[in-house]
Amino acid sequence: MKDVATTVATERSDGEPAKWAIEIIALNKWYGEFHVLRDINVSVACGERIVICGPSGGGKSTMLRCINRLEDWQRGRVIVDGKELTDDHRQILAVRREVGMVFQQFNLFPHLTVLENCTLAPIWVRHMPKKEAEELAMRYLTRVKIPDQALKYPARLSGGQQQRVAIARALCMSPNIMLFDEPTSALDPEMVKEVLDTMLELAGDGITMLVVTHEMGFARQVADRMIFMADGQIVEINGTKAFFDHPQHERTRLFLKQVLH
Amino acid sequence: MTATDRIYLRQTPAEALPAPAMRAGVLGWLRANLFSSPANIALTVICAVLIVWLVPPLLRFFVFDAVWSGDDRQACLALPQHPDVGACWAFIRVWSSYFVYGFYPAAERWRVDLFFLALAFGIGWVAWLGAPRRDLGAIYLFVVLPVVSYFLLGGLPLVGLVSVPTTQWGGILVTIVVATVGIAASLPLGILLALGRRSAMPAVKFFSVIFIEFVRGVPLITVLFMASVMLPLFVPDRFAPDKLVRALIGVALFASAYMAEVARGGLVSIPRGQYEAAQALGLPYWRMMGLVILPQALQVTLPNIVNTFIGLFKDTTLVFIVGIFDFLRTIEAARGDPHWITPVTSVTGYAFAALFYFVCCCGMSRYTRNVEARLARAHRR
Repeated sequence: MKDVATTVATERSDGEPAKWAIEIIALNKWYGEFHVLRDINVSVACGERIVICGPSGGGKSTMLRCINRLEDWQRGRVIVDGKELTDDHRQILAVRREVGMVFQQFNLFPHLTVLENCTLAPIWVRHMPKKEAEELAMRYLTRVKIPDQALKYPARLSGGQQQRVAIARALCMSPNIMLFDEPTSALDPEMVKEVLDTMLELAGDGITMLVVTHEMGFARQVADRMIFMADGQIVEINGTKAFFDHPQHERTRLFLKQVLH
Repeated sequence: MTATDRIYLRQTPAEALPAPAMRAGVLGWLRANLFSSPANIALTVICAVLIVWLVPPLLRFFVFDAVWSGDDRQACLALPQHPDVGACWAFIRVWSSYFVYGFYPAAERWRVDLFFLALAFGIGWVAWLGAPRRDLGAIYLFVVLPVVSYFLLGGLPLVGLVSVPTTQWGGILVTIVVATVGIAASLPLGILLALGRRSAMPAVKFFSVIFIEFVRGVPLITVLFMASVMLPLFVPDRFAPDKLVRALIGVALFASAYMAEVARGGLVSIPRGQYEAAQALGLPYWRMMGLVILPQALQVTLPNIVNTFIGLFKDTTLVFIVGIFDFLRTIEAARGDPHWITPVTSVTGYAFAALFYFVCCCGMSRYTRNVEARLARAHRR
């Protein structure tokens, strides 16, 4: 496989060695006997926006979840923002503070209001005064266009609104990196757009984004690079335009033919 | 063919209409709730018969024929002028201070009253959902009150409170102390044990499982005996805790094992995504548990928690087995008083005990149903 790191480094060509937001090196993971991640090597530059696609069961989510250590692994290394994820709890917490995550099922805390969902981590992890945290939360809730729902409980919101709250909640920690794990897959069709629009806006901010999604239109619009995964392996990594226009691998071509109709 | 090909297009929007009126009135209600089916009719009739059969004699015995005042057994004996004697409430009246305080010295009983007041205040503060600063209320109830009560009831000669050994405590005082200590200690201990049982650390998990299974596997009486007989064997005499304290420890440990299983049931019901979302935000383990998981888990399992509390409250009567005069034991003792021996004394005593336990347990249960309804309204659609 081509050495991705050098590719990106030359693309940037700013003379200095690029600072990697995420480095995944020879990552291998097994669920029991099942080899779910096989020799994954990816480096993501700061500010890069990457979309990961591929058939379900291909290890996309699992790889994403290794980046904030929601999953552990048996072999290989993951380095986020220069901090290597090991068994050291403090290191894991330090990484998680800088990495926001948005889940397929939103996973809002149902016993807290929308506002409390957003202020929880700033108050208890960043030790921010409550007042300040609430202002911050309102700022992000305004950004995702639901400031008027702040005092409601999540169950009273639509799926699209819930997912936007989840995005705001992650943003309240001012993360350097955002991970999106199929953020629109659990939504009713008419709500997909509002969430994608929110993510689109976010992409303009220069935050590092890794998105697992089947929304190819979004990918074309936003992604700097595409990763295609199948059977626990990275089959192809390429710049977005090249990826869609000239897919190299047979499996990529087949997959794209199926999802693009 | 032509009919199916025709296009349908609604010209005016369909108005929302009010729902059809229920079959209103008393008769409608009766028919819907009491006489809706043959089985329901049969049940209604059986219940009516039971009510007619049971309620009048009970009322007659406990209210209409009851003796409300008197100085000794003469008042409650069947005499020619009133052949049907009901409950002997006069006996309860005369003995009431013993039922409440046991042998607590009469001159010091204001301390017990003060304790009851302080406890009621604390419970009211925390239980009233609209109360201001309930976090302070919790600190008061779980930290300040136990310490203050310890000295208030036990005595602190430094400030002029005569020390009253626990052997003189009794009655409702002891029942309340055992129950509140049991409840207040079993909830946090039980939660810790439940978390321990689900812990990834083998030693913690092993200890929790062993403790829970062992304590649940033996009767409370055994635990009490062990606490009161075996504990002194391991602890030097000088440091051996007081008899009541030993029983308290026994009850608390016993209840916490049950509470652990109840709490575990709640923890199991919380979806994995909640843990993951909390972790992804960088919340450390205890913060995640305290802020995200436990509030939800305890809410789900609130009925079971209160169920355990109610069970514990009634189980406190077993402390009499190690020689502690709880409320029921004081009634046992008083009903043997030769001044009050009549055919109705025991019945009255037990009825009084039943009433006391019923009021306490029913209060807990009703309060919980209120809280449940409120939480359900707040968090769901």
